[in-house]
Amino acid sequence: MADQAQLIPGTLDMLILRALSLGPLHGYGVLLRIEQISGGALLIEQGALYPGLFRLVRQGLLKSTWGISDNNRRAKFYELTAAGRKRLREETESWNRLVNAIACAMGAQPEET
Amino acid sequence: MKLTASIRNILPAWIQRQRMDREMDAELRTHLELRADDLERSGVPRAEAERLARIEFGGMEHYKEECHEATGSLFAERLLQDLRYSVRVLRKSPGFTVAAVLTLALGIGANTVVFGALNALILRPLDLPRAESLYSIHRVATNSATQSYPDYVDYRDRNRSFEDLAASNFSEAGLDTGDNVSRSWGIVATGNYFDVLGVHPYLGRFFTAADEHGANSAPYVVLSYSYWLKRFQGDRGVVGRKIQLNKAPFTVIGVAPPKFNGTLLFFTPDFFVPMVNHSELGSEDVLHKRGDVSGIFITFGHLKAGVTPAQAAADINSISRDLAKEYPKDHPQAEFALARPSLYGDHLGRPVRAFLTALMVMAGLILLAACANLGSLFAARAADRAREIALRLALGASRMRIVRQLLTEAILISLTGGGIGLWGSMLLMRWLNAWQPFPQFPINVPVTPDAKVYVIALLLALASGFLFGVVPVRQVLRTDPYEVVKSGSSARAGRKISLRDFLLVGQIAICAVLVTSSLVAVRGLMRSMHSNFGFEPQNTLVVNTNLQMAGYKGDAPAAMQKRALETVASIPGVTAAGLVDWAPLNGSANTTTVFHDETTELIPAHAAETSVFFQISSGYLSAAGTTLLSGRGLTEHDKKDAPRVALVNQQFALKMFGSVRGAIGRYYKIKDGSRLQVVGVVENGKYQSLTETQQPAMFLPLLQSPSSETWMMVRYGQADRKTGQNRDPLQLAGAIRGKIRELDSGLPCFIETWTQNLALALFPSRVATVALGILGGMGAMLSLTGIFGMAAYSVSKRLRELGIRIALGAQHKEVLRAALGKAFRLLAVGSVVGLILGILASRVLAFIVFEATPRDPLILAGVVLAMAFLGLVATWIPARRALAVNPLILLREE
Repeated sequence: MADQAQLIPGTLDMLILRALSLGPLHGYGVLLRIEQISGGALLIEQGALYPGLFRLVRQGLLKSTWGISDNNRRAKFYELTAAGRKRLREETESWNRLVNAIACAMGAQPEET
Repeated sequence: MKLTASIRNILPAWIQRQRMDREMDAELRTHLELRADDLERSGVPRAEAERLARIEFGGMEHYKEECHEATGSLFAERLLQDLRYSVRVLRKSPGFTVAAVLTLALGIGANTVVFGALNALILRPLDLPRAESLYSIHRVATNSATQSYPDYVDYRDRNRSFEDLAASNFSEAGLDTGDNVSRSWGIVATGNYFDVLGVHPYLGRFFTAADEHGANSAPYVVLSYSYWLKRFQGDRGVVGRKIQLNKAPFTVIGVAPPKFNGTLLFFTPDFFVPMVNHSELGSEDVLHKRGDVSGIFITFGHLKAGVTPAQAAADINSISRDLAKEYPKDHPQAEFALARPSLYGDHLGRPVRAFLTALMVMAGLILLAACANLGSLFAARAADRAREIALRLALGASRMRIVRQLLTEAILISLTGGGIGLWGSMLLMRWLNAWQPFPQFPINVPVTPDAKVYVIALLLALASGFLFGVVPVRQVLRTDPYEVVKSGSSARAGRKISLRDFLLVGQIAICAVLVTSSLVAVRGLMRSMHSNFGFEPQNTLVVNTNLQMAGYKGDAPAAMQKRALETVASIPGVTAAGLVDWAPLNGSANTTTVFHDETTELIPAHAAETSVFFQISSGYLSAAGTTLLSGRGLTEHDKKDAPRVALVNQQFALKMFGSVRGAIGRYYKIKDGSRLQVVGVVENGKYQSLTETQQPAMFLPLLQSPSSETWMMVRYGQADRKTGQNRDPLQLAGAIRGKIRELDSGLPCFIETWTQNLALALFPSRVATVALGILGGMGAMLSLTGIFGMAAYSVSKRLRELGIRIALGAQHKEVLRAALGKAFRLLAVGSVVGLILGILASRVLAFIVFEATPRDPLILAGVVLAMAFLGLVATWIPARRALAVNPLILLREE
């Protein structure tokens, strides 16, 4: 567990959108998907996911329907709306810019050595 | 549960919330199950898998709460949830809830009533158009507003500050509709009266300045709305009808609008007549007497736009100076100021204001004490609920949420209490409004509540809810859930001085203040009932016949009075009967200036003294029970053509002649120039009010200065000589009424005992005593519940400790000291503080209550005893409980 990182505040919503961009999932599924696509490197407390889901639904970025899970349990499935897709594109772009900028800044520090 | 059911019906938001809650629960449950399924697949047993799933999930309640926030749950929804929870919690402890609600109902009710009175009598302007610019003219020195009619006319015509000036006076009159005469009270007003006040008639028309063409030129009467309803059953045909006032014909020309009662708050007139016709009611013709200030009771008008009250007063004062130069004999120099007419300037205004302010402060203190009381109860409850609160914190509820929940509980209680208090105070105010303290005068206390009163009640309820709800907050914020869950709620034994102790001391101090003031007031009233009035009101009837009402004029009143006296004196049981023109202690008596014998120029500036004067018949002294100190009383021979003589009181003798003995046989002068010889000196007395400083008084023979308004004092032997039984004053009054009717059947006659008659004089101190008594009683009740709550709580918290002490052989005394020592120490500290404050506060009372002094050993002892008694009563049950502790049972239970 030592190589797991705390989530940067404000990035959970983005991760949820990203996870759902691959297809509709229930809450637990979103959690597993994030673990999977992050290579198990991100630590999210399970309960913390739900306020995020509710927030995104309220903003109209997600919509939810009740359905049946793989192992036959009634679960609420979330999927991206058009607005959600658009938001994901924007967030991805700005995130990439930010990461590049920071990586650039951090890489250009010779004093470290 | 009915309440939640109705809430659910009213608010669909609630249903929405419930559905969301269910969905959220289902969703989260699915999550846990899916996780558990996964764990199970990896080889963990099912039960263990479910446990792990819950742990991994984190604080369930906390996240649910966040989900609600994320969906933007409305504030109102959460409030509803808190409310539902509060109702459930409060229903679980009905005793606490009822006690808390009642305490607040009393506190808020008391405040609402007092504020209602304050609002109606002082804060709210008169219910007249443009009342804010309506001012009356008052003498600075005496607060009186009386004027002579000619002076009024000059002020009206010469001033440049008022739009117009009107004036009014009161008159009592026998109103005769043809079939029967009834006593009624009215306002005698200048022609421009209604125009100046800006009111419009309900029926018919009002008299105006154009109706006035000299003396007795306007025989018109306007009825007040309430009198028109009462006496004429709302008959619209009354306009144009001829009636008689004191046997003089008047025509009804109109009815005043509802709620119009003139300019004085406590007085509700039956009729209005033009002042030019005042003498037709039998009073002296004052229209041309510049020296007679009995003509006008009050002068008032609207200020012109842009004129300040100070400028107007300066204007009036300069006119007054001119008048003093023009009429040095009749116009005394005086300084005038403007005031509000509603309470006759400061005359009634000052005592009423002082009294109501004092009451308001006390009512505020009551509420504060109630809040302190409830605050410590809430703190104690929060301590008892430490486990519940700790559990909720551990489950992820935020501290703010719990604080809000506790505040909701407090405010629910305070609003309920406030509602009940408001309802009670409405009833009380309605009663006050209808109350007529004096059957013979149209005096009432108009305290109609308005929106301001309701708003204040609501604000008070909310504020007090916050005040006592906030007390346990610190405690909640400090709660460490792990500690509490581990060690149980009684972890800390309250040894050190806590906020609760502080509140209790404060509360007891406040209550002691209230108890002290009410004792001071009660004692003052008792003294004023038994003080020396300068007459003996016991066993005396007051017969008030106004001969003017029956149309007696000229010499007729004197002859009639003589016959009436003789007839009444002949009734068996009557020991003495005498006449006086104005019974003492019936409001303001007649006063006049007196001069030394050497003074030749009798102008106000040279006056030696201002003296009260009474005109009496020879039998008055013995009928009234006034003691003659020196010299002789009056006799039948002190009549019209005999030398003018006078009796004076001790104060008069000392002031004018230096000693009682030295006064006999000496002369002095009165305003009209007559020389009076002092033939006797009588004891001092009270003449205008119980709280007055000793005034000089003189008693002049009625035969030498006749008056048609007389009061007959009839003294009777207490026991019937034949039967030995106590005489019934009612029976005697019947006999007197019969005899007078034999003399003149048309003469209205009002008989009461002198003690009843004094009700007017004693009224202020009675009201003060009743009000303070009620507040004192409330204070006592609050300290009782406060001490009881504290003692019961500390005993219940320390039952185990007490049990151990008893098991180790502690004696009763030691157990009690351990259990209740602190309660008593707090009580003692609080009482001492309260007593000192109470003594300071009681100075205010001296304004209203006669001889109200707190420096009275009886009062001090009374307060100490009362507080000690309250302490004993309040700790009785907890003490019993402490002594009945059975160590075996207690130790086994733990």
